[in-house]
Amino acid sequence: MNMTAIVEEQTVSNWQRFRQSHFWHSFCIDKVAQISFLVFVAYVIAALLAPLMAPFDPYDPGSIDIMNSELPPSWQEEGDATFWLGTDAQGRDLWSTILYGTRVSLMIGICAVMLQAFLGICIGLVAGYVGGKVDSLLMRLADVQLSFSTMMVAIIVLAVFQATFGTQLYQELAMVMLILVIGIAEWPQYARTVRASVLAEKEKEYVDAARVMGLRAPRIMFRHILPNTLSPILVISTVQVANAIISEAALSFLGLGMPVSQPSLGSLISSGFEYIFSGSWWITVIPGLVLIVLVLVMNLLGDWLRDVLNPKLYKG
Amino acid sequence: MIVQLNESLLQIRDLYKRFSISGDFLDQLRFEGGKIKRHQEHVHAINGVNLDILKGEALCVVGESGCGKSTVARTVMGLLNPSSGSISYEGQRIDNMSGKALMPYRKKMQMIFQNPYASLNPRMTVSETLAEPVQFHNPKWSGAEVRDKVHEVMFSVGVDPSWGVRFPHEFSGGQRQRISIARALAVDPEFIVADEPISALDVSIQAQVLNLMMDAQEQRDLTYMFITHDLSVVEHFGTRVAVMYLGTLCELGTSEQLFDSPRHPYTQALMSAIPKLADDRPNHIKLQGEVPTPVNLPSGCVFHGRCPYADDRCKQEIPQLIVTDSGTQVACHAVEEGRI
Repeated sequence: MNMTAIVEEQTVSNWQRFRQSHFWHSFCIDKVAQISFLVFVAYVIAALLAPLMAPFDPYDPGSIDIMNSELPPSWQEEGDATFWLGTDAQGRDLWSTILYGTRVSLMIGICAVMLQAFLGICIGLVAGYVGGKVDSLLMRLADVQLSFSTMMVAIIVLAVFQATFGTQLYQELAMVMLILVIGIAEWPQYARTVRASVLAEKEKEYVDAARVMGLRAPRIMFRHILPNTLSPILVISTVQVANAIISEAALSFLGLGMPVSQPSLGSLISSGFEYIFSGSWWITVIPGLVLIVLVLVMNLLGDWLRDVLNPKLYKG
Repeated sequence: MIVQLNESLLQIRDLYKRFSISGDFLDQLRFEGGKIKRHQEHVHAINGVNLDILKGEALCVVGESGCGKSTVARTVMGLLNPSSGSISYEGQRIDNMSGKALMPYRKKMQMIFQNPYASLNPRMTVSETLAEPVQFHNPKWSGAEVRDKVHEVMFSVGVDPSWGVRFPHEFSGGQRQRISIARALAVDPEFIVADEPISALDVSIQAQVLNLMMDAQEQRDLTYMFITHDLSVVEHFGTRVAVMYLGTLCELGTSEQLFDSPRHPYTQALMSAIPKLADDRPNHIKLQGEVPTPVNLPSGCVFHGRCPYADDRCKQEIPQLIVTDSGTQVACHAVEEGRI
């Protein structure tokens, strides 16, 4: 048998294996999961293709006309057909701004969770595998971190940063800062989950077999134990992305998030809030709905994943 | 020592292993009589085991649950560090070696585990599982050489090499155990520790796996340390037998000697428990009482509380292994004094 034949057999059987799996089957019978997944994919596509889909560039001050400010959505009497969802207080097309804002929100959410996952997985693996004093130290650190609420840490760090280095620099680095703050504040969630799984996995004999083979601890941790702890990591990742997006929105709403010139969904909601009582409800409500639907589908997907991957509900 | 050292492959000397069961430092503090005292408790899993494993033999270690036979196996393989004592391989002490220095011995010593459902990584295909040790211990080999080696070991344990793309959950227990034997054989070891390799298998599969291991021994010139509690397996498989009780070695001899004329009272009771077809009125030796807890070991001979021949000396003095006239080694004062 030559190599290509083996590879081909492998890929075909992988696809077939996926088609026959419990995972795929439960996806096929679960309408909520399908709809959530479709909506989520639509969000991702919209975020990725924002520059192509958006009729205006909200980051380009040249394309904004202050005379167009606070126009209602086009289906209302005073609406303008060029601005489908109306405009915000600065005259930006709301549809374009929402597309770009979704991009920013998803970007922050996913990057922050990647940072959380990286820190949490490394720390959790080491704590669980090495055990003893290292484990105690790392888990007490996690407890300390958890005893501060994420929002409090984020508000203090961002406010101090803003006060120390000025608003100008802050606005340039806002996205990086948000990713760092949300990422670092939430790593214990991952670390605890990973540690718990590692403690269960490292007692199994395949880990002993790898040790008898003479493999180094990092290789055993990442190549043997980590793949077997992926299910809980996957589940908390979906929920954590939703949480990170909410945290970012909340911080932006408090004025500590993305600047008005590069709005995320949260800062868009915040910027419209001043006009809501003068009748311009759409600037706040429409991005708010977009945010709610995004977080809702992610949580629904997370719930579904947890049900599918939970060995207590299904023994595979 | 009685055994000629030039023949022995592995030497275990005065091996002790204790496990702490009193938790971390804060849990150990007790308030007694107005003072804070540190109170530690240990499980004494192995208590002074001396054992030589000879080249080319299949040494069976038998004993009831909790007598420390698996702990001996895991300590020999370096999965546990001995509390005291030493383990030497071909005269070289290996129990205190660093990971790097141990690497050549990792290639010579391999282990087969009890539970075939847990001993294969569920996320790795059979080929990946088998290729990993080969690649790791032969870093200069090309992909084709590694693949040939994997095919060779799969073939030798009766697993079709084209099944390599499958995952462990697609195999039966017997097939999985053969795959883990293949993994142990993949690095061409000299010495294999098998920790109850057939106790999790169906009786119909047990013989198959045992025969496979015996064939491998013949073809590859292997030495086995075989942990089991199944005496019929010992008779079929073992060349020598070591009987353990509560972390100590009671008796060591060839399987014929041990089955025909056991000397140690515990071995006699153990052997009498084997059901025989010819038995109209089975002549079981019934031991009184229970195995004492390994947390608080009995003084003297660990077996004295249940031994029909025990006297005062047995309660005070720990018996050492002595060679009897039949050539077996027995740790018993009664045998030494000729009372049995």
